Amino acid sequence: MSVVKSSPSHPASLIEIKDVHFAYDERPILRGLSLSVRKGEVLAVMGGSGSGKTTLLGLIGGRILPNKGKILVDGQNVPKLDRAALYALRTRFGMLFQFGALFTDLSVFDNVAFPYREQTNLPESVIRDLVLLKLQAVGLRGAAGLMPSQLSGGMARRVALARAVALDPMLMLYDEPFTGLDPISTGIVGRLIRRLNDAFGLTSLVVTHDLDASLKIADRVVVLAEGKVYRDLTPDDVRTTSDAFVRQFADGLPDGPVPFHYPAPPLVEQLLGQPGTGQASAGRDGGDTP
Amino acid sequence: MNGMIEMIEGLGQSVLSALARLGLAGRFFLAIMMVIGVPIRRFSLLVRELYFSGVRSLLIIVVSGMFVGMVLAIQGYEVLQRFGSSETLGVLVALSLVRELGPVVTALLFAGRAGSAVTAEIGLMQATDQIAAMDMMAVNPIARIISPRFLAAVVSMPLLACLFSAAGVFGAYLVGVKLIGIDDGSFWSQMQAGVDFRLDIINGLIKSLVFGVAVGLIAVFEGYYAPPTAEGVSSATTRTVVTSSLAVLMLDFVLTVWMFRGLNG
Repeated sequence: MSVVKSSPSHPASLIEIKDVHFAYDERPILRGLSLSVRKGEVLAVMGGSGSGKTTLLGLIGGRILPNKGKILVDGQNVPKLDRAALYALRTRFGMLFQFGALFTDLSVFDNVAFPYREQTNLPESVIRDLVLLKLQAVGLRGAAGLMPSQLSGGMARRVALARAVALDPMLMLYDEPFTGLDPISTGIVGRLIRRLNDAFGLTSLVVTHDLDASLKIADRVVVLAEGKVYRDLTPDDVRTTSDAFVRQFADGLPDGPVPFHYPAPPLVEQLLGQPGTGQASAGRDGGDTP
Repeated sequence: MNGMIEMIEGLGQSVLSALARLGLAGRFFLAIMMVIGVPIRRFSLLVRELYFSGVRSLLIIVVSGMFVGMVLAIQGYEVLQRFGSSETLGVLVALSLVRELGPVVTALLFAGRAGSAVTAEIGLMQATDQIAAMDMMAVNPIARIISPRFLAAVVSMPLLACLFSAAGVFGAYLVGVKLIGIDDGSFWSQMQAGVDFRLDIINGLIKSLVFGVAVGLIAVFEGYYAPPTAEGVSSATTRTVVTSSLAVLMLDFVLTVWMFRGLNG
């Protein structure tokens, strides 16, 4: 593998995000986000819907460009890379999409074989062995012949995981890996994330809003709010903190710093009031004000 | 007054967005052309799409061609026999098919049968993050997914148009010769004498090649830029059929004017 370059300020960090601003059209999502991800850790990034979690993954992967700021991955500034350099960097990433994003026209085996066939010149017999080993690691060697449509949600997620780690990446990005999974599958996927990270010496960034699942596997939890890092905590801190926003998140309270109601004029006024107050005044962006 | 201004604003807005979309399609076309070598080098990618777009369209093309030919024979015979020249039926049918109906009807059927399927497939791949996943695996989705489907349309279209015309001629033979009883020899020999290879057949092939580029580009473009929702994919599929049909008919007019210019003057 290539020589690991690290940024001078944080010798042990793989990703260094500095003062990143990003807006969809006019709607600001990230407003000066700074974050560093250390080598070898499993970092859980949490936050409500629309807090910019998934945007963060898009920025690190170079699929979207920030309006401002630096995103250093292994010493390279992702937004400034040309296509060839970006693709070279991406071969060292693994990404698990929210619902797996398996290629529906390929079998489980061919899905996992895809990165080898596209990125390497390995002979088919070697690819076969590698694919079977990766599938064994996620417990689905027996499902190699199935099509993605025949898999349950949890199985599809595990196949996608096997595909994502096929080329032994340095960095794994997980986009909501637990969404829509039953408790058993959630446990399996969570344990796989941790085990793969430690066994292969990866660095993992898990974007999620599943607090329980991520507390079990993460070394560190970062909570995003208002487009910035709001809190940087250890899993134990999350369990004991008295911070109202984190508590609301951790305990699943419907109302708190994140209001239950979308901004609206008072109900009585709207029900009895004059015409013209029939619609709420201009809405705010997102809903995660701490 | 205000309504008037709003109307003009709306008109300007829709013209601008149509132009922007056209520009986007142009850039998309260039992006495809940059990587068009990929499906040629990796032939298996192209073969798969040729099978799905071309081979799977065979039945509808051949059956439609037969029926169009049979109808042409009946209608043509009815008119020709008024002038006592019913033995020229072969020429009439062959020229109608090779010059116009073959390329045009094939393109319309292809847009409905294969173009819509390509749009829906790519749109759903986009909606389920398959294209994003491929991009994140450092595999260019334009090269791997889009260009084989585009090239398959360009390659299949002329072949299908030929088969359409051949089936049409055969249909006309069945009705004209076997059913109505026109002389077998004059049907074929008149056709041979009346159809020019360069002027008629090559021009017909050029037409269907151009239609292949148009329908192929519209189908992959609409799919690639379809909003990632059920509604978005369904309206993109409809747009493929509508836009392709209009494009084919308009291009046909332009090409016909260009190909047959000066011949009647």
